[in-house]
Amino acid sequence: MRRFLAVLAGLLTGAAAWEGYKAVGNPDGTVLFGVRVLPRADDLSMPHLWTIAERLGAPELTGGRPVWRVVVDACLFTLGITTAGFVAGALIGLALAVAMQRFRVVERGLLPYVIISQTVPLVALAPLIAGWGGVLMPPWATVAVIAAYLAFFPVAVGMLRGLQSPSAAGVELMRSYAAGWWRTLVTLRLPAALPYLFPALRLAGAAAVVGAVVGEISTGTRGGIGRLLIEYAREATSDPAKVYTAMLGAALLGLLVAGAVSLLELPLMRHRRHVEVATL
Amino acid sequence: MTAVAISGVTKVFNPGRPDEVLALSDVDLTVADGEFVSLIGPSGCGKSTLLRLIADLIAPTTGTVTVAGTTAAQARRDQAYGIAFQQAGLFEWRTVRRNVELPLELRGAGRAERRAKAEEMLELVGLSEFAGHYPGQLSGGMQQRVAIARALAVQPPLLLMDEPFGALDEMTRERLQAELLAVCAATGTSTVFVTHSISEAVFLSDRVVVMSARPGRITAAIDVKLPSRDEAGRQAPAYFDKITEVRKALRG
Amino acid sequence: MRRVVPPVVVGVLALVLWELTVTLGRVAPFILPAPSAIGAQILEQRGNIVDAALASGANALTGLIGGTLLAILAALAASRFRLLGEVSVPFAAVLNALPIIALAPILNNMFESTSSVPRRLVTGIVVFFPVFLNLLRGLREVDPVHQELMRTYAAGGWTFARKVRLPGALPHLFTGLRQASSLAVIAAVVAEYFGGLQDGLGARITSAAAFTAYPRAWAFVAGACLLGLSFYLVTLLLERLAMPWRTRLIS
Repeated sequence: MRRFLAVLAGLLTGAAAWEGYKAVGNPDGTVLFGVRVLPRADDLSMPHLWTIAERLGAPELTGGRPVWRVVVDACLFTLGITTAGFVAGALIGLALAVAMQRFRVVERGLLPYVIISQTVPLVALAPLIAGWGGVLMPPWATVAVIAAYLAFFPVAVGMLRGLQSPSAAGVELMRSYAAGWWRTLVTLRLPAALPYLFPALRLAGAAAVVGAVVGEISTGTRGGIGRLLIEYAREATSDPAKVYTAMLGAALLGLLVAGAVSLLELPLMRHRRHVEVATL
Repeated sequence: MTAVAISGVTKVFNPGRPDEVLALSDVDLTVADGEFVSLIGPSGCGKSTLLRLIADLIAPTTGTVTVAGTTAAQARRDQAYGIAFQQAGLFEWRTVRRNVELPLELRGAGRAERRAKAEEMLELVGLSEFAGHYPGQLSGGMQQRVAIARALAVQPPLLLMDEPFGALDEMTRERLQAELLAVCAATGTSTVFVTHSISEAVFLSDRVVVMSARPGRITAAIDVKLPSRDEAGRQAPAYFDKITEVRKALRG
Repeated sequence: MRRVVPPVVVGVLALVLWELTVTLGRVAPFILPAPSAIGAQILEQRGNIVDAALASGANALTGLIGGTLLAILAALAASRFRLLGEVSVPFAAVLNALPIIALAPILNNMFESTSSVPRRLVTGIVVFFPVFLNLLRGLREVDPVHQELMRTYAAGGWTFARKVRLPGALPHLFTGLRQASSLAVIAAVVAEYFGGLQDGLGARITSAAAFTAYPRAWAFVAGACLLGLSFYLVTLLLERLAMPWRTRLIS
């Protein structure tokens, strides 16, 4: 409830700042030393919030479906791709984490690359995966691949931390029960890893959304919110409010995914301590 | 003059709420100048609360606390006491020397004076050669010695210690006990020492104050006069007699 | 030795396997170019790669510095004023879960799409959140022993902030900065996919891919990786300089 109020307060502040700036800002923006440091405040660059709201209700093209239907459909399309990518990426990440925990040599050989890969813009590869569409897999699946490889890194690192988190005493206790690696994994390491897994999954969810949006743009996949964003941005000079509706759609997608991951976590994380996970 | 005078002190936590707790009930205690007093008792008996009242980290509900002839609040502002906790509580971003300098720094002492004083205190606890190290590079026992040096840095007339050796192994603990006694003897400091170890209380103290829980109050005060406080003292019959006496008081 | 050998072996093995798969399996370059082809392109295009990397690097750096400064000020304010902190943390956490990069086309509208401002703004916004959230957590977390100790010293609020709160929050600041430094490069490169001025690595990658010059596109991706890595390493270096008491950096 408090979180909800906080978010509401933030949104209201943001809306007030937007309209306030429109009221006092220079319509042509503020230029300092030849650089426009404050944005244009005219209706073309910053439409009124109610214009954007009206635009959501109006048809996309004359006589077509209302914009909000188009945006929601695009969100659902991208949500499907994101989910596929997220699930695939999370499963691969989990498997890799277990393998790295089991075999020290795998950890030594792979972990540096997993960490480095988080520091480099691998999402830049997106336009290159586009070539796979129609050859190796259907075009939408290439987008899911991009979402999957962005989702997989945080899960692999976070889960490895979690699997390694049980104390030496816990591990020795399992040894004293003559429990093998598998039993130790199931009864000790996996439950101990849950507090680490969920923050990682939240990161992975956000990363999968970015991957799907960027992936749609660079592969030119039609039907999703990323593509819609670019299409509407091209119409910005004639129909400025439209691109904002697409942006709202992207935000909605992010919220949906974050909410879904939180729901996943709710039943499992009751009565458990929360840990902070930094994957870098 | 007395180092600490506590009279009629009661402490109630969360007054008027469902989770109200009577932590201390009608406590009187005086600590004479140069005296070493231990507070001992089961968990929840309020021995740490009593120490925090003397330190003015919390205020009594009723009663008065006088430290070095003035109110506890004034004594805190005058830095009339040094304090050490179970956790060394060193600042990991400061070197050992700069940790010891901290209370002097906050007093506005000059750089040269701070440095000289810190060196002197580190010499006292035998850590001179580690002055330039960071706390993260020291063992637990060494960290606790730095914390004691820090507590002594302003040369306070009173030293307050809350289970300072509680997290250390027995060997380190016994060595630090001996060091603490030497330091107190050299500086003439009065000490209030909270512990849950009977042997520690008996070995260190001039007087062991026994407390009981629910409500926290003082049930006995046992004067200890060991023939000597060294290895021989630890094996003297008087030492074991006093341990038995304290144990009985704790049970009774 | 034991830490260096396995990753090197894995790296070399992966490269060899990659090369063999592509050449023996006759994999078309649009699916996966051979590392040798990419290497040749890196050598041939090194001038262009450096130019584009400098352009993207400047965008990333400007956004990183701007976003970090703003985040530090915001975190200080949010730790000082309770209400602000209570409101801003959940709000920032929610915003952080959104695809902020989607702001790029809108910023292109609001500013000139021919200037570097939109890309730098996107980068700054992306950078803001991890720095703000991490630093604020650090500013709020104070060791209770330190708190009591400073009280026994009768230290005032400002002294407490200067001697305890700020240095204590430094590790958290750098946790945020490490994430931010990588995100800055990613945002600066990817923002170009959304239009706007096209002089950085992102634009080079898309145009090479559009001309089906895949090895060249991969060469620019390699440039982007080097840029990201150098940002990260510089941050690690700064961290070591700023916190000499920390011997281990990556736990």
